[in-house]
Amino acid sequence: MKPGLIIRLVVLALLVAFIVTPESFAWVFQPLTKNGQPAIYVQNSLLNLTVSHLTIVAIATIASTLLAVGLAILVTRPFGAEFLPLSRSLANIGQTFPPVAVLALAVPVLGFGTAPTLVALFLYGLLPIFENALTGLTTLPPAVTEAARGVGMTDRQRLLGVELPLATPVILAGIRLSVVISVATATIGSTVAASTLGEVIIAGLLSNNLAFIAQGGLVVGVMAVLIYDALSALERALMARTGQRRQHA
Amino acid sequence: MIEIEALTKDYLELTVVDHVGLTVADGEIAVIVGTSGSGKTTLLRMINRLIEPTSGTVKIDGQDTRDVPAFELRRRIGYAIQGHGLFPHRTVGQNIATVPTLLGWDKGKIAARVDELLELFQLPAAEFRDRMPSELSGGQQQRVGVARALAAEPKLLLMDEPFGALDPIIRAKAQSDLLAIQKRFGTTIVLVTHDMEEAIHLGSRIAVMDKGKLLQYAPPDEIIARPATPFVAELIGTGERPFRLLSLGKVRDLVESGPAQGEPISADASLRDAYAECLWTGREMLPVVDADGASIGRIRRDDIAHKAERPQ
Repeated sequence: MKPGLIIRLVVLALLVAFIVTPESFAWVFQPLTKNGQPAIYVQNSLLNLTVSHLTIVAIATIASTLLAVGLAILVTRPFGAEFLPLSRSLANIGQTFPPVAVLALAVPVLGFGTAPTLVALFLYGLLPIFENALTGLTTLPPAVTEAARGVGMTDRQRLLGVELPLATPVILAGIRLSVVISVATATIGSTVAASTLGEVIIAGLLSNNLAFIAQGGLVVGVMAVLIYDALSALERALMARTGQRRQHA
Repeated sequence: MIEIEALTKDYLELTVVDHVGLTVADGEIAVIVGTSGSGKTTLLRMINRLIEPTSGTVKIDGQDTRDVPAFELRRRIGYAIQGHGLFPHRTVGQNIATVPTLLGWDKGKIAARVDELLELFQLPAAEFRDRMPSELSGGQQQRVGVARALAAEPKLLLMDEPFGALDPIIRAKAQSDLLAIQKRFGTTIVLVTHDMEEAIHLGSRIAVMDKGKLLQYAPPDEIIARPATPFVAELIGTGERPFRLLSLGKVRDLVESGPAQGEPISADASLRDAYAECLWTGREMLPVVDADGASIGRIRRDDIAHKAERPQ
């Protein structure tokens, strides 16, 4: 086993242990507290918050993946080419809105809770996936797309059998970016009462408790790094399987 | 049989292919030669409708190609291109099986055909069937590309500079393999190249194109002996003409009885090789052997030289 993999597995084990039994790590965070403050956030189960945090990220990412890849497919077909500039600017607009502004604007419409957070993460996740899907679908080797037409594949067979499989690693890289941004951004969802790990951080900020801020931040940060690594590994495996990069001997 | 009539392709103001007409009989190899921008690739790609003609018709065995959906037409016509265009995410076997799979052949028949083709191209099936294209050498990838084009037993095979990316030694091998396979299946081939040497070696007829127009369409010996325009002559290379003519003939054609000294030459070697051998070893005549190595006579240098004169 490679050292990098061992380190990641150890970190993952520590993360899971902390989320399931946070009290047993009280001694780690004790030095960060003042005036007898509690070292561990117990108002809400850390496990529930983590699951809810990841669920919100997953739903938002799946929705933005479906829309972004769908749009990219549409605008790379001959009949959709004229929508390319329009769809690009739409995705760009999603990215230029600060997530906090999206939350503030969405609350009056959708009310407090999870919904405005989902909207913000969804909009925020669109652009990286859309850009990557476009790149993936438009930079296929010309000889391969030519051959796909030449052997008599229909448009649909070309898309499903050749173009999408070959573009998948690049699309996955976009999803990876989007997920990591969402894992971090989901924390501010707690300002509008979404149930995420941001709750721990906000509690720490309100009560001036550094221990809460540190444990909330650490869990989010470590999760982001681990997810990033896992998706990178998946990409490399796909690249090797589709023969787009020669495997190292 | 392919009948091309007044085939034309315009891009806005530019006429890329200009009223080209030619006929390729069954079992022939028609080679389209021209410089880049001559319209040769466009002409080829109009045959399987990868490019739709502006006007004119293409008939295959009497049927107008516009009477069938483009994708069905293409499944009936083999297509091999420069840089092979293998699907990198599919195994060698899956690549070769592409068209039979599209046509809905049953699995057993497809598997048998894949193995047959791999063996035919000297790629042992057990070893190569499940490998990925990226694990093959350039020459092997090219062979798999041609095997894929031939998988559904097409009567017609289109090839766009199929050997362009190969080094000279592998290219010569690929060319002779192609001739052997063509002889075996009787496939009609239309091949595009910019290399006159390749055209003369492979073609039963050569079509010379320049600026979208077909300048001459004739058997190689006639193209060499009677180029229709100065451009055709230039493409052949005036200094090369006698040697190109010799490369068409076989030693077998000029064998006479009698003895000769030194290393023998094969009856199936080209006259050009025999002449080169005479010059290089300073011999007036060479002993000739057949494929089994048995002596069948000799060939004289003067006879070969005479054969290189312009035909009347």
